[in-house]
Formats: sequence, C-alpha cells, structure tokens
Amino acid sequence: MTVLTLIDAIKQAMDEELERDPRVFITGEDVGKRGGVFRATQGLYDKYGGTRVVDSPLAELSIVAIGIGAALADLRPICEIQFADFIHPAFNQIVNEAAKMHYRSGGQWRVPLVIRAPYGGGISGALYHSQSVEAFFTHVPGLKVVIPSTPYDAKGLLKSAVRDPNPVLYFEPKKGYRAIKGEVPPGDYTVPIGPARVAREGRDLTAFAYGMMAHYTVLAAEQVAREDGLDVEVIDLRTLLPVDKAAILTSIQKTGKALIVHEDNLTMGYGAEVAAVLADEGFEYLDAPVRRLAGPDVPAVPFAHTMQEFFMPNPDKIAAAMRDLAEY
Amino acid sequence: MATRIFACPSARLKPEQLLEMFWLMLLSRRLDERAWALHRQGKIAFHISGMGHEGAQVGAAFAINRGVDYVHPYYRDLALALALGITPTDFMMSLFGKKDEYSSKARQMPSHFGSKKLNIISGSSPVATQVPQAAGLAFAIKYKQQTGLLDPDDTSQPRLALACLGEGSTSQGEWHEGMNWAGVHRLPFICLVQNNLYAISVPLEGQMAVPHVADRAAAYGVKGVWVDGNDVLAVYDVMAEAAQRAYRGEGPTLVEAKTYRPVPHSSDDDDRSYRSREEVEEWKKKDPILRFEKHLMDEGILTQEQLDEYETRARAAVDHAQHAAEAAPDPDETDALGEVYAD
Repeated sequence: MTVLTLIDAIKQAMDEELERDPRVFITGEDVGKRGGVFRATQGLYDKYGGTRVVDSPLAELSIVAIGIGAALADLRPICEIQFADFIHPAFNQIVNEAAKMHYRSGGQWRVPLVIRAPYGGGISGALYHSQSVEAFFTHVPGLKVVIPSTPYDAKGLLKSAVRDPNPVLYFEPKKGYRAIKGEVPPGDYTVPIGPARVAREGRDLTAFAYGMMAHYTVLAAEQVAREDGLDVEVIDLRTLLPVDKAAILTSIQKTGKALIVHEDNLTMGYGAEVAAVLADEGFEYLDAPVRRLAGPDVPAVPFAHTMQEFFMPNPDKIAAAMRDLAEY
Repeated sequence: MATRIFACPSARLKPEQLLEMFWLMLLSRRLDERAWALHRQGKIAFHISGMGHEGAQVGAAFAINRGVDYVHPYYRDLALALALGITPTDFMMSLFGKKDEYSSKARQMPSHFGSKKLNIISGSSPVATQVPQAAGLAFAIKYKQQTGLLDPDDTSQPRLALACLGEGSTSQGEWHEGMNWAGVHRLPFICLVQNNLYAISVPLEGQMAVPHVADRAAAYGVKGVWVDGNDVLAVYDVMAEAAQRAYRGEGPTLVEAKTYRPVPHSSDDDDRSYRSREEVEEWKKKDPILRFEKHLMDEGILTQEQLDEYETRARAAVDHAQHAAEAAPDPDETDALGEVYAD
C-alpha cells in the first residue's frame, strides 16, 4: 500500500484509465502543459500527448458539450471544470442535454461522460471559488453525482465513473486535495457508484456527510469519543445520486438519531433529502429530531477569514452538534 | 467576407438521383400538409413545419454519407430526416405520440428527430444546444482518426458531423462556442443554417448586425458560404464541397441556406401579426419544389405523367402512414418510467 493525497489518487485514476482505454481523453481549461490549476492532470500531457489531454477554450458550456458529443460517438471523455463555481454556464448542457439524452431517445443514445470539478470552501476562495453545487444536480434524474472523501474512494469511484454508461458529476473537495491522505493500492480496482460507506461504526447517533465534511465528521466523532464517551456512527454518503436509502435506514435503525452535515447552505441542500428519507421511511426508528449542520443561507462563502470561518462547518462545530443531539 | 463556391458537383448527379431528390421533397411537403390538416381537425396536439426548407435539406442530405455521417438536426428537418431514412410512418407515430415511436418512445414532441441506427442524434427544444455537441462528434471523429481507432478512408463509419439550425439560433452562446471549437481544432464539421428570415416573429435584422449569417464564420476561422436555399442543386453544390473539405481534413464550413417559411412557426403561432400576406405570397412563388419541378421538366428528366404518379404515390404513402399510426396503441402509462439510466 502507498499513502497518497486525495489529488494524487485522482490523478492516478485518470492515468490508469488513459492507459487502459484509448477512448478515454481529458479536456478542460489548463489541463495540458500546465497540468491543471490544482495539478490534477500533472504529467499526463507529457505522457499521453495533446490529442488525449486537450486544453479547451475558456468556455465551460462547450467543455461539457464537446464531451457530450464525444461520448455519443463512444469516446469516454473526462471534462474538468476548473472550479465548481464555473459550472453554471454548462447547466443547460448537463441538465437538459446529458441527463435527458438516454430518456429522450427511448434508450437509443447514451452519454458516458465524467465531469470533474473541485468544490467547497475554506481556502479563501470567496464567493466564486468556494461553492458547493451538488444540490443543483442531485435533483436531476439521469445524472449520477459522486463526492469522495478518501484517496481510496477517490481513485475507485473515478474509475467507476469513467466506465459508467451515464453522465457522472464527480465533485472533489479541494480543501482536502493535499490535506487528506490515505492508503491506495497500486493498480486497478473500482469502488461502485451507489453504496454509501460506513466510515466509523457507532451506536449512539449517526452522522451523515460527504466530501470534506465526511473527513471532518470522522475527526469530530473521534473527538467526542475521546472527550465525551460518545459512540458516533459516520456514514460517508459518497454517492449522492442515486440516493442510497438502504444505508441511511440501516444506520438509523441502529442509532435512532441523525445528524446531517454539509457545507452547502442549509435550505434545500442535500440534507433535506436525507431528512425526508428518514421522516418518510425511518420515522419509527427515530428517537430525536433530525438535525442538520450546514452553511448559512447566504449567497456564498465570503472572503474575509472571520466570515469564512463562520460559514464553514469544522470538527469543533460538528462535535458540538453531536453532543447536543446525543443529549436529546 | 463570405465567398461563393463555383464548383458544380451537381452536374454529376444522375437522373435517378435527381428524381429521388424531387420525390423526397414532394413526400415531405405532402406529409407536412397532412400534419397541418390533422392539427386543424383536432387529431394531433402539435405540429412544427419544415415547409419551404425542403430544397435546403434534401440538397444537404445528398451531399453527405446519408445514414452514416453524424447529423444533429433541428425541428424543421422533416425532409432531411426522410432523406436520411426516417419513414412517413415514423413521423406519423411521432405526431400521434404512439407506443414505441421511433425517436423517443413518444416522450418528445413531434419533429425531434433521432435514430441511433441512422446516426441521427436526438435533439432537445432549446435551440443551438446541438451545435457544440455536433462539434464534439466531429472532435471524436478526428480523435479516432488520429489515435488509430478509425480509418479515415472507411466510408462505413462517420467522417463528418452536420448540425442544422435556424438563423435566430445563431444568436445563442452555444452556437458561438461550438463554432469556436470547430475552428480551433479544424474539425470535420458542417453547420447548416437554414435562414428563413424569422425567428418566430423577430426578423433577421433583430438577430444580427451583418447581412449574412455566413459572414460570422470568419470570426472563427471557419469557411463561410451562403447559397440560395430554395435551389436544391445549388445547396447540394456548396454542401458537397463542404463535405469534401471535411473528409479531406481541411476543416469546418458554415453553410447558410437562404430560404423562407411560408407557414407559421408552429401550429401554435399566427404569423399574420408580424408579416404581410403579400410578402408570404411573393415567397411562395419561389417555392423550392415548384422550382425543381420546372428544372427537371425543362431538362426532360421529369414528365407530367411521372409527376402525376409521384403525387398519387405520395398521397398513398401519407394515407398509409396516418392509418398505421392511428391504429397503433398508445404508450402504457408506466412507459414514462423507462430508460432514465443506461445499464
């Protein structure tokens, strides 16, 4: 086993998929010689050349639309949107086109497309380099939405995304690119799109999270175990669409209490759907109100560090929410 | 500035090819007329017409490798679709929204043509979305040729991508971004703009400050050509040149076919509010079918007797298609649930 950072695991997955399948190519802004602004594609241009690692014009909707067209022609594009905040010009192509193509053609055409985008705050990126955009897309049947929180899952899920016959949005917690490290086996393996992962087993309550917040939630669970003797189960949702209802319900049967954590703002965020699943199908198992810890309902993460800290959930805030819920 | 191409590939078309082109234009018109009648009778919910565009579309279709090259059409492309292999019954099944309708299993409105086996991409209703996707298809062709996945001379495989749209749709950012990719990567791509002078009610001068859509091509390093879209052979000529450029790896072409829509935008539109009857009547005299008919008769390729026989055949084909569609079952309610994800 080798210990890799999150971003190196992502790069390794792309490298191995480029090697494995000549139909796989990468396009996006600065993905070529520059190796991506975060270095996710570093070295791949030199290894595979400009035909397969393609610098795009500075235009997000066509990065996605070119990917859709290439996917229709049976290639396997990996499209990088430099920051999730910049994905909105491509919204029509993702939501009206990629997501609906299979359905609208009665199953004739398919769009095996991966859209990678770094998301999330805490990096002084302010309003337009910090957004969490997942909830816009988890509302759209036809899309799959994946957010890894460990290097192992990052590699395995990205490989699954490349091999999936559907459009997959793969959001990467950029604050964790180098901060999150973990063991990654060399060579080929996949992590299936769909199932959530029990990141930590526990009995007292369940915390549901994904991405950077899943990482923080495990840290918070360890903190309250140490300091308060609380035994918190952490479910890393990792695939947000399709929703893994079974994992949500299995855990709540065991613990009876649910805390949902995401850095996207609260209202209509992904936590609302988890709460709805719990209310609808897990009602009789609940021993306490379903709680959500999320970013405040302001347009986006502000720049100054004081306001950014206020916006972002962190292990201390999550631990406090765990204690509060445990006492109910 | 846009340039005219003076090469004349249409001179090499055989009489039977010319007659097939004429037949498809006529069949499309009669099918289209029936659709309007069915809507007036309250039998169908919606129709959007390709009338007046038949010359541009059939001329374009015959210039590419039909049913093999990728085509990403738009909602006026009935004659193009017929020329690529869609049948009158297919179209009628769409109008009536019947079970297992060929393009979308009756999920989409009519005239959203699409067929995997004919390499016609299923389109949506927001305009110009197909342009950057078609550039993506062309990108894939070039990619496969460069990486050895495809033999550039294999005519059983797609060697170009054609996108169709109206002139109003060229105001969309999606058109710009698609054209830009096509130019930057010198893609085997043809953008056929069927300029009928109106985007529903808004005339050309409300869409752009240049006289020809083709003028815009220069900004992308793309060859721009405009042509009389009511002259099927003139369209064939410029499209054949554009296709050969694509096949030879010489890059993309923007073809602007200047035509007219002699009917309202759709069955929900009333064009009397935005243009005069005199204008419409003037354009009807330039009808592409009447014009081609006269040409073929002048050349001794088509006789009155043959024309009468074509009309009889067209009527029978349209009748048959209508009856087949009317007799077909409706989709089951739960057909709404299928094919959300590919397996």
